[in-house]
Amino acid sequence: MIDVLYFAWVRERIGLPRERLETSAVTVAAFVEELRAREERYEAAFADLSSLRVALDQELADFDAPLAGVREVAFFPPMTGG
Amino acid sequence: MRLSVQTDPFDLGAESNAFAAAQTVAGAVVTFTGLVRDNGGTLAAMEIEHYPGMTERAIRAIMDQAVARWSLEDALVIHRHGRLVAQEPIMMVATAARHRADAFAAAEFLMDYLKSRAPFWKKEIGADGAEWVAAKDADEVALTRW
Repeated sequence: MIDVLYFAWVRERIGLPRERLETSAVTVAAFVEELRAREERYEAAFADLSSLRVALDQELADFDAPLAGVREVAFFPPMTGG
Repeated sequence: MRLSVQTDPFDLGAESNAFAAAQTVAGAVVTFTGLVRDNGGTLAAMEIEHYPGMTERAIRAIMDQAVARWSLEDALVIHRHGRLVAQEPIMMVATAARHRADAFAAAEFLMDYLKSRAPFWKKEIGADGAEWVAAKDADEVALTRW
């Protein structure tokens, strides 16, 4: 099981801030494909990966990063702090 | 070195004074404060969302880099989240160094990295609805100078 977190418009499109999911995906990209296949709202949120960022266990990562051993994955748009 | 991620307002004068007063060898203190900007005059509020846990971790990593690179004596970052109105202070950065060049450079570095590497997201609430603030390409380009 993996904790999946969504922020900003990703959270709004999917309709929840976090969930626990079962996955056998090897990479983040493969996991995203699983999510997109779930429901239309996931497809809408993950339609354009170039407008998304991902963090694995609270560290920024790439979509081709491996998922092995990761407890928490978060998806969000580019950050707008400051 | 102090970091605070908070919903409450902060007192810019009190924070600046306390930061400067705590220095023992620094000859330069630089502070920067970001205010909520109302571009079109229609902003009812700004909502700032963040990623608890990662926010603190990411900012501490940025602060550690700044302290090491510019031999800072001290650094302070305060960043708010939640609902704010126009002209309210959102965040502040303070740096202390022996000489001003290091304090200025480190403050700019901290700001550039906070903009696009700290997990905050701004949403502008206006009369006609709400809109997420889009990240600017220029903010990403700004990181390349470091």
